[in-house]
Amino acid sequence: MYGGGNVFEATKFDDLEQEDPVKLAEFEARIARGEKIEPSDWMPQLYRKQLIRMIEQHAHSEIIGALPEGTWITRAPGFRRKLAQMAKVQDEVGHAQLLYSAAETLGKTREQMLTDLINGKSKYSNVFNYPAFTWADSNIISWLIDAGAIVNQMANAKGSYGPYCRALDRICAEEAFHLKYGHDAVVHMATGSPIQRKMIQEALNRWWPPIMTFFGPSDKMSMHTETLMRWKVKMASNDACRQQFLDMYVPKIWELGLTVPDPKLRKNEEGVWEYTEPDWDEFKRVINGDGPCNAERLAVRRTAEERGAWVRRALLAPKATYVRPLA
Amino acid sequence: MLENAIKDLLYKIADDQLILGHRNSEWTGFGPMLEEDIAFSSMAQDKLGHSLAFYTLLHQMGEGDPDTVAFMRNADQFHNSQLVELPIGEYDFSLIRHFLYDNAEILRFESLSQSTNEEIAKIATKLKGEVRYHVLHANTLVKQLGSATQESISRLQQSLEYALPFALGIFEPSKHEQELIDAGIYSGEAALQNQWLERISAVLEKTHLKLPEIANLQPVYGGRYGQHTEHLQPLLDEMAEVFKIDPTAEW
Repeated sequence: MYGGGNVFEATKFDDLEQEDPVKLAEFEARIARGEKIEPSDWMPQLYRKQLIRMIEQHAHSEIIGALPEGTWITRAPGFRRKLAQMAKVQDEVGHAQLLYSAAETLGKTREQMLTDLINGKSKYSNVFNYPAFTWADSNIISWLIDAGAIVNQMANAKGSYGPYCRALDRICAEEAFHLKYGHDAVVHMATGSPIQRKMIQEALNRWWPPIMTFFGPSDKMSMHTETLMRWKVKMASNDACRQQFLDMYVPKIWELGLTVPDPKLRKNEEGVWEYTEPDWDEFKRVINGDGPCNAERLAVRRTAEERGAWVRRALLAPKATYVRPLA
Repeated sequence: MLENAIKDLLYKIADDQLILGHRNSEWTGFGPMLEEDIAFSSMAQDKLGHSLAFYTLLHQMGEGDPDTVAFMRNADQFHNSQLVELPIGEYDFSLIRHFLYDNAEILRFESLSQSTNEEIAKIATKLKGEVRYHVLHANTLVKQLGSATQESISRLQQSLEYALPFALGIFEPSKHEQELIDAGIYSGEAALQNQWLERISAVLEKTHLKLPEIANLQPVYGGRYGQHTEHLQPLLDEMAEVFKIDPTAEW
């Protein structure tokens, strides 16, 4: 579950000037022809760096994203939901596994990536720094955050890096089920008892502001962004993704009799959604570590890594069989 | 009456699977590596599915519907062995519990698949195929970690010694034991325990782990008769937290 946006490295652009111009031209021509770049192919350093960064952030978002919903596995009401919630969160962890493998093809190990996550050096989707207070919050995440993730991931699946695209194809297929699951759960709440309806409306109220920031702030159109788009690393602008999301899901939310907590939200005559500009200062503050759950999320991850370190050490231990040298 | 004896047997299987499934699911997001997160979560789903199959059969025999039975009972109405309700602890404990439990469960399902009761035989035949994978997973990791590093070996050994008396509680005989054996429902707890010891010994022999002398151990009984550790009721309260907001609602 990943919304993308906002996260590309501000790399010094003269990096590109050190690349072999003939190889660079050939590389760009291949991408323009719609070919996929594979791990053993030549690629500019900047391309490699940005992809590692993007795939890594996506992978982190999957395992950190498993936490707010994961807390509701043990409390899911009834067999049907309990089974589905387990399967759903398991999928997210599986996505992380796929994505770390895809990123590893670019030269960074899973262990290094997880270390950078724990040290706060690399980021993950900002929405997961918000808490899932109730079961209803978990339903809103399953439906609308996954919906947002699909918008972003469907676009990225048409990108240029082969291993990432193939991972995304599989991930999108699973996310489509999550969306159905989340929608079904929200429908039950929204059409259920007064308590259930109250729970789901309150959860939507809590989650709407983070959802609106999910795709990141408007892109500053720079040469940098242009290059990333030409290389098919970044496939759609943050605003385009946000518009698509609103177009697909606001009518569905209204259909359920729920209220979107934004008085300015409306589709104008040109078919463009207008809304209250999200609080990007808060967004920056939270992504830089000062959100309601940042510390807790990383602490949980750190504990899991530390408690499990002995298992990884043991499985990596060489077999204790030695061959005595002949001389 | 045979029907009561069968219900008693089904409740202990279903309750074991539900509670262990719940515990295993607690590893989602916290495993020592992603692969184990996924494995424990996957087994948790199977276990939950198995408990549902048996609760559904019980429902057909006149008991409450599966959701009510699973989410609305108190600890003293549960028939699971105490082994499965213990907290997940460190990974070494969860792995050893999984090893001891699933090696027992596969034998139970194999025996039930030969049952004279066709309904039970049908379910057990279907489910034992899934439990076989759980056993394979447990045995593989116990073999690897049980002979890898000093650290992993000593962790597994300590957990084995701690868990074993609880694991013997899986085979706590019920008061209907003889009736079930005579009716050909299954082979009985004593027979299962003997086969189980052979199975786990064979795996442990391939490691640096030592199986404590079983005769010297005091089995932890009581679970089958509704006596539990202090860990079960909080688990049940957590499980039913949302369900009990409105037990009549559709969630």
